[in-house]
Amino acid sequence: MTPAGPAVDYAGLIEPLRVHGSLYTDPIIFAEELEKIWYRTWVYVGHVSEVPDPGDFVRKNIGPQDLIFTRSSGGEINILLNRCSHRGNKVCVQNDGNTNTFRCPYHGWNFRNDGELLGYPHPDGYGGRGALDDADLGLARAPRIGTHEGFVFASMSEDGPTLAEHLGDSASELTRLTRLSPDGEIEVTAGFVRHSARANWKFIVENETDGYHPQFVHGAIFNITGSSIGDLYGEKSPAVTRSLGQGHSENDLRPAFVEQGEPLAWFGTSEDRLPDYSSAMRVRHGDHMAERIMIEGAPHVMVFPNLFIAEISIFVIQPITHDQTIQHVTAVQLKGAPDISHRMLQQCIGSVGPAGLLLADDAEMYERNQAGVEMLQPEWIDTRRGIARERIDDDGHPIGSANDETGIRGFWQHYRELMTRS
Amino acid sequence: MTNDAPCNARPGTVDLRQVEAFIHQEARLADEHDYAGWEELWADDATYWVPAARMDEPGSSMSIIADNRHRIATRIKQLQSGRRHAQNPPSRLCRVVSNIKILGNTEFGDVRAQANFVLVEARERGSHTWAGRMIYHLRPEPDSRPAHFAMSYKSVDLVDRAWAQPSIAFLI
Repeated sequence: MTPAGPAVDYAGLIEPLRVHGSLYTDPIIFAEELEKIWYRTWVYVGHVSEVPDPGDFVRKNIGPQDLIFTRSSGGEINILLNRCSHRGNKVCVQNDGNTNTFRCPYHGWNFRNDGELLGYPHPDGYGGRGALDDADLGLARAPRIGTHEGFVFASMSEDGPTLAEHLGDSASELTRLTRLSPDGEIEVTAGFVRHSARANWKFIVENETDGYHPQFVHGAIFNITGSSIGDLYGEKSPAVTRSLGQGHSENDLRPAFVEQGEPLAWFGTSEDRLPDYSSAMRVRHGDHMAERIMIEGAPHVMVFPNLFIAEISIFVIQPITHDQTIQHVTAVQLKGAPDISHRMLQQCIGSVGPAGLLLADDAEMYERNQAGVEMLQPEWIDTRRGIARERIDDDGHPIGSANDETGIRGFWQHYRELMTRS
Repeated sequence: MTNDAPCNARPGTVDLRQVEAFIHQEARLADEHDYAGWEELWADDATYWVPAARMDEPGSSMSIIADNRHRIATRIKQLQSGRRHAQNPPSRLCRVVSNIKILGNTEFGDVRAQANFVLVEARERGSHTWAGRMIYHLRPEPDSRPAHFAMSYKSVDLVDRAWAQPSIAFLI
């Protein structure tokens, strides 16, 4: 895949406190990222609730790879590559639906929704029916699939770390999200908006736990709506930015919400406005634990390399080229809690996507960053913010203040490890 | 020019030319970033909807825009703040609106009309062509409104809504 040429010296391009601009602009580096990150490590693909019934399918992606995410008759999740084993045509052109088989429109080859080749017209040309049974001509499958709390990840590599090893301490943040549901599950049932940006995917990933930008990029909308989000990332905020290892990072806002001590203040509301949800949570967890969960709120965590949970929104980051990225965004829906889920959807729609009151401005920044790093000087991107006040928490993770670049440094450390492997 | 479109209620009271004039004015105010003028077109109960891939009911699934009247006001204030970065500087816009047709009336007596549009957006990042079909609900208010109507509903069904779009921070 990678064009022949002198090997890129990643160790020289990624220093502890700065990274080189060519990491965002070089198509050769992008091709190598696909090989060493996107087609090797664990990548988030979809959620089990998107294919609840046997036969359900939905198209998904890993980078430019076109995938079919299916539930077969036995109930198993499959991740198939949308490429006919005969001539490479697309076997699925619908974005979602329900079917037990995918028939290639080019020559009629027919595949079960777990990828097995079921038949091919005029079999005499292949030596008769069943002659291809041992030819390994099913649809290609993601070699490894793993699920955590309903989030389905795939690795395009036969071997490597397990999903649990990859997720590390980001796993508990996904669990923390599901605990907000009175049924202990989240659902991805609200559909997606898809927002393209002319920017390298890493600018988007880095921004997700950059607490330095909100008060500037989103300051106007915070003022207009009376939002206190800006304060959460201010210099006086008790919230912290944490590097979770494996390239994952979070803005841990719990210290700020615990200081406020009000259930559902994290969502800008209170229990009396969501009585059904609040009572369901108290029934499930008991008063003490329910209050704690509703005070601490939802995580703000970037799971390397492509899953970002922003409290009420789920972002799936899809790199297309070195300077083109699509964000697929949906609202978190809490199973068993229609009242809060409805509000989450309305708030998410207002915030994200091409016209989002927040995300359109973020995308503008991504695109200006991308245009900026095409400039010749000063060559480097500075990542030192907060290094002097960084400390190690009880779990051994580096933490900084709410608006420090601790998460960005953790991202680059892991990126460098992956890219310097053979 | 004749109006061969059916108009179910208030026959004779709704003039296609008035509907056309309203829609053309709405397009011009949006093109020219006349945010206050555009906001004044809205009724107090309003829905401004730009569906995404799934198109069922406004606000029932992820949408590009699903604003009620309150959020329209918020959107306008953000644009007026000068710190809506995705529109600073504002896009240069030129839309052509055509195929205007009166569809009938809503259950509340508002005129339902549809129109197609093609819009070229130019900004430093490059130009983009937008196109789609719009549905309007227009409440006849000839006495209080210079534009004859208050807009209670506008939806924009973009031809490419099933795929990814760049930012749409201007008024579409």
